[in-house]
Amino acid sequence: MTPDAAGGGTPPPARRIPWAAWAFQAGLLLVLLGLGAWLLSSTLDHLRERGVRAGFDFLKDPAGFEIGESWIHYESSQPFWRAFLAGLANTVRVAVPGIALTTLLGTLLGLGRLSRNLLLRAIATAYVELIRNVPLLVQLFMWYFALTELLPASGEALKLGPGLFLSKSGMSFPWPLWEAGHFWPSAIEWPEAGELNVSGGASVTPEFLAVLLGLVTYTAAFVAETVRAGIQSVSQGQWHAALSVGLTPRQTLRFIVLPQALRVIVPSITNQYLNLTKNSSLAVAVGYPELVSVANTAINQTGRAFECIAVIMSVYLALSLLTSALMNRYNKRVALRGGA
Amino acid sequence: MSSAPLVQRSALQWARAELFSGPGNTLLTLLIAAALAWVVPKLVGWALLHAVFRSDALACRAAEHAGACWGVIAEKLRAILFGRYPFDQQWRPLAGLLLLLALAGTSALPRWWGRWLLPGWLLALVAFVLLMHGGVLGLAVVPSSRWGGLPLTLLLSLVSLALAFPLGVLLALARRSPWPVLRSLAATYIEIVRGVPMISVLFMASFMLPLLLPSGWQLDVLLRVLVGITLFTAAYLAEVVRGGLQAVPAGQWLAARALGLEPWQVQYFIVLPQALRAVVPALMNSFIGTFKDTSLVVIVSLYELTGALTLALGGDPTWRPFYLEGYLFVAAIYWLLCFGMSRYSRWIEARLTARP
Repeated sequence: MTPDAAGGGTPPPARRIPWAAWAFQAGLLLVLLGLGAWLLSSTLDHLRERGVRAGFDFLKDPAGFEIGESWIHYESSQPFWRAFLAGLANTVRVAVPGIALTTLLGTLLGLGRLSRNLLLRAIATAYVELIRNVPLLVQLFMWYFALTELLPASGEALKLGPGLFLSKSGMSFPWPLWEAGHFWPSAIEWPEAGELNVSGGASVTPEFLAVLLGLVTYTAAFVAETVRAGIQSVSQGQWHAALSVGLTPRQTLRFIVLPQALRVIVPSITNQYLNLTKNSSLAVAVGYPELVSVANTAINQTGRAFECIAVIMSVYLALSLLTSALMNRYNKRVALRGGA
Repeated sequence: MSSAPLVQRSALQWARAELFSGPGNTLLTLLIAAALAWVVPKLVGWALLHAVFRSDALACRAAEHAGACWGVIAEKLRAILFGRYPFDQQWRPLAGLLLLLALAGTSALPRWWGRWLLPGWLLALVAFVLLMHGGVLGLAVVPSSRWGGLPLTLLLSLVSLALAFPLGVLLALARRSPWPVLRSLAATYIEIVRGVPMISVLFMASFMLPLLLPSGWQLDVLLRVLVGITLFTAAYLAEVVRGGLQAVPAGQWLAARALGLEPWQVQYFIVLPQALRAVVPALMNSFIGTFKDTSLVVIVSLYELTGALTLALGGDPTWRPFYLEGYLFVAAIYWLLCFGMSRYSRWIEARLTARP
């Protein structure tokens, strides 16, 4: 890249923007404002006709619907805002473990695609090509069907490992018990398989499991490509040079290649994390009550589509803007300094 | 890291380098081979050896999921492919489907590229919609609420992409414009749309557009969803195109201006062709993404391929247990089309770079 290419194809800034350009922009702004006002007035007309009140005051009314599972305490007599909060908590509950597992699986697959071993390379490639080219929704439906219809009933739960049971009604696993006032758990509760069901320990619903597995397996394919591209972006010369000054392959990877690869990987992997979080909204299709699913119920119940959609959009938007702000700071820190 | 072979190797040398180059590698090979030896026979047994291919629900039940029930596809093929389209009229979506696929096939080959492409596609889309809707040439009218299956998937993706592409280019140009108001409007739009999930946009199209538009302007749900997907996709395409615009060196702009071209001529003849060529793979990825995303419209009750399957099997207790086979069939259709597109994009990219 020559120095004069740094700006890309940007037209060099004109010294003064001609008055015609200002007139055009003012006109554009007026047209958009006019369009907005026109849509707003017709919306208000419609709402008046249908006798629906507009505004966010309904958030304080009792919601009147149950939520299948919730991380925070919620019951139907509590207000709408509380229902939305429970939905948001459910989004976080699936997104955070989802991101962790996706990173793990995606990195392994990405490294697998670069492996010296032909079989491993072929399997990782087949996985990526298979998963990436089928819509996430179809995969979610498949997971959900497999978990709720093809698994044995709760009384004959599959034992996957010590204290790990899988059945139509979900997965049970050991969970630490805390006594009030203690920092360390006092004991670990192990689930036990009984005649009719599995009791004890902690458990997750098949809806949660379907969404988590679907999101992780799908996003991991994209993360794998990101990791592979990142590592390949470091030129072979870097490897040769590092090895020839006496670094071991492991040291070369750790101190020479990874720091350079991460510069490429991190921004695009963050994008994948955001995608995973946004895609968790597909949970509405299998009945896992995250934010969008709760909002959907609220729209059907109150008819306040505008307000409910505004809630969803602002939550996701806040999340995206926050992430991209963090990303910009990171990029500033790791970007190459000095002469280009 | 694997490096390119410099000399011709024999099969034995090849296997040694790829599979048994050291103790770790050999162990890995043996482990994977053992796992494959365990999984593959089971898979083949389920999918082929013990599978039921006839449309025979009793035989399928007798197999008790030890073998796949491909009979469900034989039984429900037309319902999956065409959704709720009236049964005796289903030759129309079939003809439309074949028309679109034939056109896609011919226009994929660079030797047939030419001026006919754009009018050809417009004509085909109009013919497709007329064929589906009817009301001309003595065809019975079929309201869009009855459209479904693969033709609807193709219609949604093709029309929204065709509309979103020019919009995306305009947005990308606007975002790089020296005019501050235009620039910030475009940037705001793009960032907002890219920050929200597609479902919220579909909810808007389905629940809010009827409220927003005055009573005389109401749109049919298919059109509303098309507007939603188009506006959503345009923001993503805009970012892809912007990446391409940034890759064109500033010298191109200066040289073209120095030759006396007007700014719009520079954009249209000099900058955009180079920018778009640079981002062919990324554009194709976006197209594939949009194609896959059309499956979401089932959430607002439009029954494209995925939705048609849930309609066909969800309400039928006889065949409902064999949903998995149905999903696999639908997944295979999506996979063929998406994988085909991504391979095609690599081929085209290689051609474009070979002849700059």
